[in-house]
Amino acid sequence: MKRTTIDLWVGIFVALGIASLFFLAVQVGNLRGTEIVEPYELQARFDNIGGLKPRAPVRSAGVVVGRVHHIDYDSERFQAVVVMNIDHRYSFPKDTFATINTSGLLGEQYIGMEPGGDEALLQPGDTMIKTQSAVVLEKLISQFMFNKAAEGAAPK
Amino acid sequence: MPEALLRPFIRLGHSVVSGIWRLGFASRFLGAILMMSGATFRRPALLMREIYFSGVLSLIIILVSGLFVGMVLALHGYDTLSRYGSEEWLGVLVALSLTRELGPVLAGLLFASRAGSAITAEIGLMKATEQLSAMAMMAVNPVARVVAPRFWGGVIAMPLLAAMFSAMGVLGGYLVGVVQIGVDPGSFWSQMQSQVDVERDILAGVIKSVVFGFAVALIAVFEGYDSEATAEGVSRATTRTVVTSALVILGLDFILTAFLF
Repeated sequence: MKRTTIDLWVGIFVALGIASLFFLAVQVGNLRGTEIVEPYELQARFDNIGGLKPRAPVRSAGVVVGRVHHIDYDSERFQAVVVMNIDHRYSFPKDTFATINTSGLLGEQYIGMEPGGDEALLQPGDTMIKTQSAVVLEKLISQFMFNKAAEGAAPK
Repeated sequence: MPEALLRPFIRLGHSVVSGIWRLGFASRFLGAILMMSGATFRRPALLMREIYFSGVLSLIIILVSGLFVGMVLALHGYDTLSRYGSEEWLGVLVALSLTRELGPVLAGLLFASRAGSAITAEIGLMKATEQLSAMAMMAVNPVARVVAPRFWGGVIAMPLLAAMFSAMGVLGGYLVGVVQIGVDPGSFWSQMQSQVDVERDILAGVIKSVVFGFAVALIAVFEGYDSEATAEGVSRATTRTVVTSALVILGLDFILTAFLF
């Protein structure tokens, strides 16, 4: 068997194809970027998670420190249980506040971590106690309307 | 009189029956190709030649089309996005449209008309000039020797071409969006990377292109093998390859999109 010119061209072709796939995965997709290294698990209970989805980012001070792994429903407490993977490089105090925020007006929802002042740190598998649910726009509007109505009714 | 009235129905019935007949034959043909493709992989030189003809020779058209499609996407996308002041989403728009949809579909259509038609014409002409029956007479199985390498060459070349199409398109979008119009390159790439998921978007696009590769390659070799052994028959088979491939690609695209996303 001898090497032929066709082999060279096919080699170039296959190399180009694989390079394109690599380019798509690395430069276009998020294969590198904020990959979470050796994650540990934390849980948080929310009354309402709004539109939060698995793989949504967990941010502290705007930096992505982890991702939502999965979301369960606790049928005894009627609450959502969000399990997230946090990068092992970051640890948070016991009294960290977990809130569900929205990036921008129409952006995706993410979990924001606001560290408290406790000396003890959250251990892998711990559950965060202090949480704040997602803001539901309808509730906000109805609250505002009731307040307005109450204001209007008061002077009489 | 009744004869003349019945004729359209007779013709309709004939075409339905022969369509189903051909579908069944095509399925059996696919089975035969898969059974006899051992020889293709034992003789890589045959496969190399087919990847060269259907892949390497399609490179120019795929790369140039990809570049222009990306550039057009960026122009249109910028026009609309800038009305909402969200030009930084241009990268996401270009990358998602290409990897999910336009890369596999347009590369598939181009591949069908550039390489699929060539495969059909080649096999059809071999049949018309009785080379296939000559081979069978020499105890060389034409499906194993002629059809299977062309089939696998197409199947291997197609996903690579689709990936190149998408990559060139993203570069084209970058050229128009960032270099020409002046969208911030940092937000162009970083928004793209945060919104495009490797599994959900890029891998799904690759799966699409693999399926299209199988479909186009099968249609091309089948139409060639099933063509009438005349000059007119070969020309009709070549046309049918392009038309059927285009319809099958778009139909499969709908089904796959419904499943994958």
